[in-house]
Amino acid sequence: MRYIPTSDADREAMLSAIGLSSLDELFADIPAEILDGNKPLGLPSLTEQEVAATFSQLAQRNPAARAFASFQGGGIYDHYVPAIVPYVLSRSEFATAYTPYQPEISQGTLTAMFEFQTMICELTGMEIANASLYDGATALAEAALMANRIRRRHRIAVSRALFAGVARVLQTYAWAAEIELIELPIGPDGRTVFDHLPEDLSAVLVQSPNALGIIEDLRGVKDAIGDALLVVSVHPISLAIIEPPASVGADIVVGEGQPLGLTRSFGGPLLGLFATQERYIRHMPGRIAGRTSDVDGRSGFTMTAQTREQHIRRQRATSNICTNSALCALAATVYMASLGADGLARVASASARRAHDLCDRLEQISGVSRLFPGPFFNEFTVRVPQDPSRIHRALQQGGFLIDDPSDLSRLGVENAVRIAVTEKRTDEELKRFTRVFEEA
Amino acid sequence: MTYPTDYRYTKDHEWIHVEGNRAKIGITDHAQAKLGDVVFVELPTAGTQLTAGDALGTVESVKAVGDVFAPIAGVIVEVNDALEAAPDTVNKDPHGEGWIAVIEFTDAGQLDGLMDAAAYEDFCNQ
Amino acid sequence: MTTIFDLPSVSPTARRDDLSPAIPGLEPALARRKALRVPTLAEPQIARHYTKLSRMNYGVDDGLYPLGSCTMKYNPKLHEQLVAMPEFADVHPGTPPRLAQGTLAALHRMSVLLAAIAGLPAVTLQPSAGAHGELTGMFLMKRFFETRGEKERNTIILTDSAHGTNPASAALAGFRVLELKSLSDGTVDVDALTNVLDEHTAGIMLTVPNTLGLFEPRIREVTARVHEAGGLCYFDGANLNSYIGRARPGDMGADVFHFNLHKTLSTPHGGGGPGSGPVAVAEHLEPFLPVPRIDFDGERYGLDWSPDQTIGSVHPYFGNVGVILKAFAYLLRLGDQGLAEVSAYACLHANYLQHRLKDVYKLPYDRLCKHEFVLSGEGVAEGVTTTDIAKRLIDFGFHPPTVYFPLIVHQALMIEPTETETKESLDAFADAMVAIAKEAANHPERLHEAPISTPVRRLDQTQAAREPILRHPFET
Repeated sequence: MRYIPTSDADREAMLSAIGLSSLDELFADIPAEILDGNKPLGLPSLTEQEVAATFSQLAQRNPAARAFASFQGGGIYDHYVPAIVPYVLSRSEFATAYTPYQPEISQGTLTAMFEFQTMICELTGMEIANASLYDGATALAEAALMANRIRRRHRIAVSRALFAGVARVLQTYAWAAEIELIELPIGPDGRTVFDHLPEDLSAVLVQSPNALGIIEDLRGVKDAIGDALLVVSVHPISLAIIEPPASVGADIVVGEGQPLGLTRSFGGPLLGLFATQERYIRHMPGRIAGRTSDVDGRSGFTMTAQTREQHIRRQRATSNICTNSALCALAATVYMASLGADGLARVASASARRAHDLCDRLEQISGVSRLFPGPFFNEFTVRVPQDPSRIHRALQQGGFLIDDPSDLSRLGVENAVRIAVTEKRTDEELKRFTRVFEEA
Repeated sequence: MTYPTDYRYTKDHEWIHVEGNRAKIGITDHAQAKLGDVVFVELPTAGTQLTAGDALGTVESVKAVGDVFAPIAGVIVEVNDALEAAPDTVNKDPHGEGWIAVIEFTDAGQLDGLMDAAAYEDFCNQ
Repeated sequence: MTTIFDLPSVSPTARRDDLSPAIPGLEPALARRKALRVPTLAEPQIARHYTKLSRMNYGVDDGLYPLGSCTMKYNPKLHEQLVAMPEFADVHPGTPPRLAQGTLAALHRMSVLLAAIAGLPAVTLQPSAGAHGELTGMFLMKRFFETRGEKERNTIILTDSAHGTNPASAALAGFRVLELKSLSDGTVDVDALTNVLDEHTAGIMLTVPNTLGLFEPRIREVTARVHEAGGLCYFDGANLNSYIGRARPGDMGADVFHFNLHKTLSTPHGGGGPGSGPVAVAEHLEPFLPVPRIDFDGERYGLDWSPDQTIGSVHPYFGNVGVILKAFAYLLRLGDQGLAEVSAYACLHANYLQHRLKDVYKLPYDRLCKHEFVLSGEGVAEGVTTTDIAKRLIDFGFHPPTVYFPLIVHQALMIEPTETETKESLDAFADAMVAIAKEAANHPERLHEAPISTPVRRLDQTQAAREPILRHPFET
């Protein structure tokens, strides 16, 4: 089956109507030396069947999904996705639609955006949320830029305990925007130390649970940082059972939304969460849907506050973002709708409980102990008596995958591994994992 | 559109009403009509020093943003806070209650290049 | 308009032990106090709600979507199936390369193919969208001049027809923006360009063909002049559909070029995303590409963290792999022959529509266009705007074209039909546009009141902006 539906007869009719005799003449406006320079890719055209076969062959070189149980984390987790989620995503009216610039024929997308924004506000406790950014890492970078715009300063204090990918992206954006990043150390309890903060900060950035898995205690931080903005990067599922950052006076909350019903897909596409307080709306990047009425008084939704965005403000826009992660936000919305408040709390509790269960079992092994006493959600770090890469290898051989221990060296932690557990990991898996760990 | 004859006008569609060494500034009827329904006015802060041509704020409609430029150097001494709750005043009464800020200036000579009401109407009709 | 929060909640059937506090050692003040106000619903309620919502949308499978510069072509269903395979979908990005050779091979191959399409030697797959690719390109240029001690090169030149993301991206990367007015025929004013080039020039951002759908006849001269002045040339690849398979931006003088996989390479728009915006670069920019890069040692695919002059990362992992794999399948399916057909039919369909409409609407630039063209709604009838025309098109069953862009045409209507339309659907669209022009003259109220056939009619944007309701008001 072709993708170009134009028949030969229609092609000839159209060429004739515009006074041309061949398709090549449509390129008469491109200088000949450019056309002559073109080199083919050396690609034959494959049938659908052949493309499918190619992918099957590639799939065979990806044993990770079927033959291994994942204890990997770092912001990306293996949670169960209810079947209703891929069903809704498969509706081509959602999947193949454009950005809802024509609201009258986009009430589906716009209503879902409004629902997503509401749910993110519920999770984070914040007053407004946008309809998504690319991922949690660029969301944190955008929050840093936003804080600089609001405070007109260029210095930011940031916790050392960010996930590796997030830290790298933040560093790149900070270099480009000429922002001075000052690192905040990790204390003996595994939590970020907020003493001795430098002056003239536009913001303080912290991740909770942090890159060591520890849940931060941010009470009192907002009072200690002058008028700098408090920016918190969160794990959305954890917020079903942990008090949201709004309670400690967070000004901006960001996070990686992948755990909310997205597949892991080797790291993308992801879902950037971004929420803030109403007083900062003019500075917030990203699209927002708002409720309003039509000429007949019916309620409906439309994109609003568009004067922040690039298509109106151009170089003075709050961000350059145009395409976001809309369909992933829809997935998250349907995921949260299908679980409801209770279901989300259940997933969070089950993930936390299994993680604590595994941690307790591992601590029975001699030489293995929690690295930090601070509380954790579904991800924790344990000290190991030998080379962590040996553990990593042994687990792999046993059919288990954990994050690369080198992530931890970046945090100044040696001889340790980080492990994440979700509600999908069975008792049997936890038992076998412990056994393999012990034998290593 | 009638333009007050005791006001002066800029090419960027601001009006200035001088009283002593203070100039009240707003955007003209022509400007508000072009922008459409005003939804937000970004006001300057009192005490801000400006040179002629500096942007002192913006007026936003649903689909556009217009800068408001200082026609003369000086310091902002008053700001129309009422526009925060009622930005549509700029549409309803652009030359009166829709004023944006008052600048206290020292060099009256900078006002010389500005248009009077008749010249401004001609300028708009070009 | 019903939201999920308006549906009646079903009582939860929670098991007691599932809800017991689960985090030992957590300070009690840090445990959640207020319940989330997300209702508990049964699956049939959710299925109906979202099915109903989907029916209030308009996707490419519903009909023509002539959005200029968006390339709303057909999204092949095979791709959805392929990326949903667990071997691709259920893999964590931290998985050891040894166990993900399939995905890494596909990504590596894709980089090679994209480089060949661009006519430039190296590619990064990290940017998540076109605008993100632009930002990455700006970062690469910034780093390039930094390493050469040319920090005074702080200005990016762009045209007055540029897409809003161009100046926004340049500004975000710390550059000053200088706008160049186009000539009356819509092309770059090479003389004016020469006048503004100086020691502060970092480079130029161009869209080729431009946002009027016109190919710059002097493109090589433009890029040569910028290079002579010591600057670099960034090409926005949004309009690649007009020449893919037949010409390469590298041969036009581009140093940096971004792809929009969700435009040219058929991945679905998803209601606004996700996309993917890989960037191809010339040799002198390769050392600065983001890490990790994917390499191949002859036997194995792996991750290369070595480039020590890298700008860092713009994505926490490798890019939007799920989107990239769909575009990869598309390239395999089309092959060289298919790609050359894409640009040919994209340009044929646009020129045919232009021919059908040029005597009915104002056509500011009456010449051979590429894959899109711009009309003006000015002069159709007294008091009738492009908005009115667009809204009335909805009643005729079409998604409107891009409106009020590019800014250099007043009351602009930018039309890009793409190659995946039949002559029948093109004629139906043209017939509708002709009918609307007649209605504008004889029954303008029909346009002012449009649309009348949709679930909601024109929405009050002013109210939405003045009294923002941005989340469900649970309190009332």
